[in-house]
Amino acid sequence: MKKLLKFDMWKLVSLFFVLLFSLILIYPLLGVLRQSVIDKDGQFTLAEFQKFFSEPYYFKTIYNSLVITVAITFVTLVIGIPFAYFYFFYRLKGAKFLFIIAILCTMSAPFIGAYSWIMLLGRSGLITRFFKDALGIRLGSIYGFNGILLVQSLKLFPLVFIYMNGVFKNIDNSLLEASENLGCTGVKRFFKIIMQLSMPTILAAALLVFMRAFADFGTPLLIGEGYRTFPVEIYNQYLGETGTNYSFASAISVIAIIVTALIFFLQKYLTSRYNFPINAMNPIPKKKAKGISGFLMHLYCYGLIAVAFLPQLYIVYLSFRNIDGGVIKEGYSFGNFISASKRLLGRSINNTLLFGVITLAIIILFSILIAYLVVRRRSLLNNAIDTVSMIPYIMPGSVIGIALVIAFGRQPFALTGTMLIMIMALVIRRMPYTIRSVTATLQNIPISTEEAAISLGASKAKTFLKITTPMMSNGILAGAVLSWITIVTELSSAIILYNNRNITLTMSAYVAISRGNYGLAAAFSTILTALTTVSLLVYLWLSKSEDIKL
Amino acid sequence: MSVSITIRNAVKKYGQQVVIKNLDLKVKPGEFFTLLGPSGCGKTTLLRMIAGFNTIDEGDFYFNDKRINDLSPSKRSIGMVFQNYAIFPHMTVRKNVEFGLKNNNFPKQELKTQTDKFLELMQIDTLADRMPHRLSGGQQQRVALARALVIQPNVLLMDEPLSNLDAKLRVEMRTVIRHLQRDVGITTIYVTHDQEEAMAISDRIAVMDGGIIQHIGSPQRIYQRPANVFVATFIGRSNLIPGTVEKKDGKWLLKTGALVTQIDNLDDKKVQNGQKVQISVRPEEFHVLEEKEENALTATVKDIVFLGSSTQYFIKLADGSEAIMVNESSLDNPHSAGSTIFLRLNVQKINVFSEDGSKNLLKNVDDGLKDGWEAGLQ
Ligand SMILES: Nc1ncnc2c1ncn2[C@@H]1O[C@H](COP(=O)(O)OP(=O)(O)OP(=O)(O)O)[C@@H](O)[C@H]1O
Ligand SMILES: [Mg+2]
Repeated sequence: MKKLLKFDMWKLVSLFFVLLFSLILIYPLLGVLRQSVIDKDGQFTLAEFQKFFSEPYYFKTIYNSLVITVAITFVTLVIGIPFAYFYFFYRLKGAKFLFIIAILCTMSAPFIGAYSWIMLLGRSGLITRFFKDALGIRLGSIYGFNGILLVQSLKLFPLVFIYMNGVFKNIDNSLLEASENLGCTGVKRFFKIIMQLSMPTILAAALLVFMRAFADFGTPLLIGEGYRTFPVEIYNQYLGETGTNYSFASAISVIAIIVTALIFFLQKYLTSRYNFPINAMNPIPKKKAKGISGFLMHLYCYGLIAVAFLPQLYIVYLSFRNIDGGVIKEGYSFGNFISASKRLLGRSINNTLLFGVITLAIIILFSILIAYLVVRRRSLLNNAIDTVSMIPYIMPGSVIGIALVIAFGRQPFALTGTMLIMIMALVIRRMPYTIRSVTATLQNIPISTEEAAISLGASKAKTFLKITTPMMSNGILAGAVLSWITIVTELSSAIILYNNRNITLTMSAYVAISRGNYGLAAAFSTILTALTTVSLLVYLWLSKSEDIKL
Repeated sequence: MSVSITIRNAVKKYGQQVVIKNLDLKVKPGEFFTLLGPSGCGKTTLLRMIAGFNTIDEGDFYFNDKRINDLSPSKRSIGMVFQNYAIFPHMTVRKNVEFGLKNNNFPKQELKTQTDKFLELMQIDTLADRMPHRLSGGQQQRVALARALVIQPNVLLMDEPLSNLDAKLRVEMRTVIRHLQRDVGITTIYVTHDQEEAMAISDRIAVMDGGIIQHIGSPQRIYQRPANVFVATFIGRSNLIPGTVEKKDGKWLLKTGALVTQIDNLDDKKVQNGQKVQISVRPEEFHVLEEKEENALTATVKDIVFLGSSTQYFIKLADGSEAIMVNESSLDNPHSAGSTIFLRLNVQKINVFSEDGSKNLLKNVDDGLKDGWEAGLQ
């Protein structure tokens, strides 16, 4: 009898996820699909797709998104891999510092880079004016393709760095020695051995960068101008000067999902061709970075980090300047922060923390349960749950936003502007990543540990709570902090789902920017930056290592 | 194209710790030479100095007459087999074996023939297109050997190449390695801390301890006439029994407990009358007497272990020291636990060391260190 009860417990958990995912994943996804093929009178039509593909004005958005994303992915690899190589293979001065700053760069809120670069290199930016007034040189335009490429590459290359750093740790030194012994050294060895061994990781990093860049909303919105990308277009259709066109927004969403899905499977296919295990018994010893080449390595790493970190520093600096609307005045003060406190600052912070904590708690709970189902209770149903839980991975944030609005923004739900829908979006957005990492952690825990506990008289439930979960907790905890940072900086889905009641720090900063109130924006951004920085430091302290899992 | 390897005054330091201390060594062309010693004695360090992966702090390394200290690892013409094989996991077996040839600009037409030849030699030709992680340990080992040998290096270096294999495969592979080395005739330095393996495979062995070579010689010489107590106890098993030597009527007598026996091969130059010594007796060098005799050792049998062809006796000598004796198994059990037995020693075979154990006092003992080259020749 008792046994039967336990058996049923996990069955119930499976059932719960089936229902939950049907409601918050399948239903909205189907909603988008359905919406994309019906007209105002509820009749089936492919008109929206026709409109999309026949008018270059629209078609261009996906095309542009693809082109810029490929460019960003390429550039992040080209600048990120050497950075990781120098960092890992050589003893650089201040390596820890480089590491932390690099992570800070990639963890910044999505629009801060674009906003700050506009303030620096935009039409009336600091550097632009300096060049024009002092040197009489006109700098090229930062707006459009170049701007997005600059901002996103600098923000995303640390992801490549983190991934590469991870794989370099797994390369056995004897492989490099064997290669040298067989006459393959230097640059040749770098490409033939090191890069080849890292290929699965390079592909994984490329996919991550691609997904982030492709779905990015804040950067192209601010700095893209004429270079129109699809997440912005979805938002435009949602805002719509002539009223919201859900159908067209849905059609774009469907196309975007198809593109990301194709990329996803392409990457899986490419990775499958590099199917070999690596692990290091003798890790690679770091070499001294000496002489000219040592100097150049330091120059490269510090130069890159300085440029990438500049936007955040400049925003913090701006937040203390006297600013009137869009004009920077003489002197420094806390004026921006004071006016921020009159503009929902309290509520923004409250909401941000509240949403963050609740979302995180839900994600962690769900991830542990799903990981357990998938790893320890293999079954067709549980595998299906696992697969479905990965769907959001290929859904750009704006698509999730629009899907939730379509599903829950109208009667009978009408949840727009509530905390519930915000948290729903955040959970959906972040859960696939956490599930992946928790599942991987659990897979590495031998089942014999649990069997030992059971053989010593612990019940299954007790074993799960007292043995399995604590053993997973290290991996979970570290991952949770990173999830936390992405949660508090969420923009692309939030922008569709927010209103004054459920506004967050990120949204407040964005609203200030869009209203041209630069001082206020800088103040909000600075508080946000402080929050992410503190979170990151907590993470580094918790994880006590450089093994960042994303 | 076999080369000799000469090492003069090699020194390696890690910080304050001197890991290799003024080491001299000469390996003959085509020789199978083994570095043997306990963990941490510096075997790997020395091997990697020869390969060029460790810097050389002091001393000179030569291949024939060519000094190689400053030659990069890729220019030394060394085939190397790593402990964990270091097979490139992203390349097929064939690609792995070809790798060195391609890097050394081996003529394209002959590339395949040469690769095939060594794949066949190592009996892995049927595995040529497999990825390494689909191979068993022994197969990976063969790939590593093929890859090292296919470039026809002047020297083959192996660092505990068999330590990751199970016992049976180890014995099988060491025969493979030995035959292959004979066929190819390549000068080989082999590192192991398994003394049985070293004995089975080597032309000569250098026994190392604490960064110093204790003894260089053929397996037989090292076993039978070890240069000092460390070598005697590290190679095979030796019982150490305290004793004295005395000269009487121009003959040397060896005394321990009740035992007094004449010993003819003590080196007059090394011993003094009445000196205390350590007598080193291998388990098989005890001789059990049928009945009590004058001048014999008395011992009590503590335990008996039947090992098949031989039987092991744990015994306690009259002076309280414990020893192990091995005899051929007999049909009946002549001695039982607790019984008292009387022993003599096989005086031809035993060794006598100075009291501190640093020196073998017998004639014709050579630690091989003065000139490793000559000493190795029997
Ligand atoms: N990179 C290093 N830095 C500092 N000390 C080292 C380093 N490599 C080796 N040592 C030290 O040098 C000594 C000799 O090491 P080595 O690896 O040569 O031993 P070994 O004889 O090969 O031992 P084993 O049989 O365990 O492989 C050891 O005390 C070791 O701790
Ligand atoms: Mg070693």
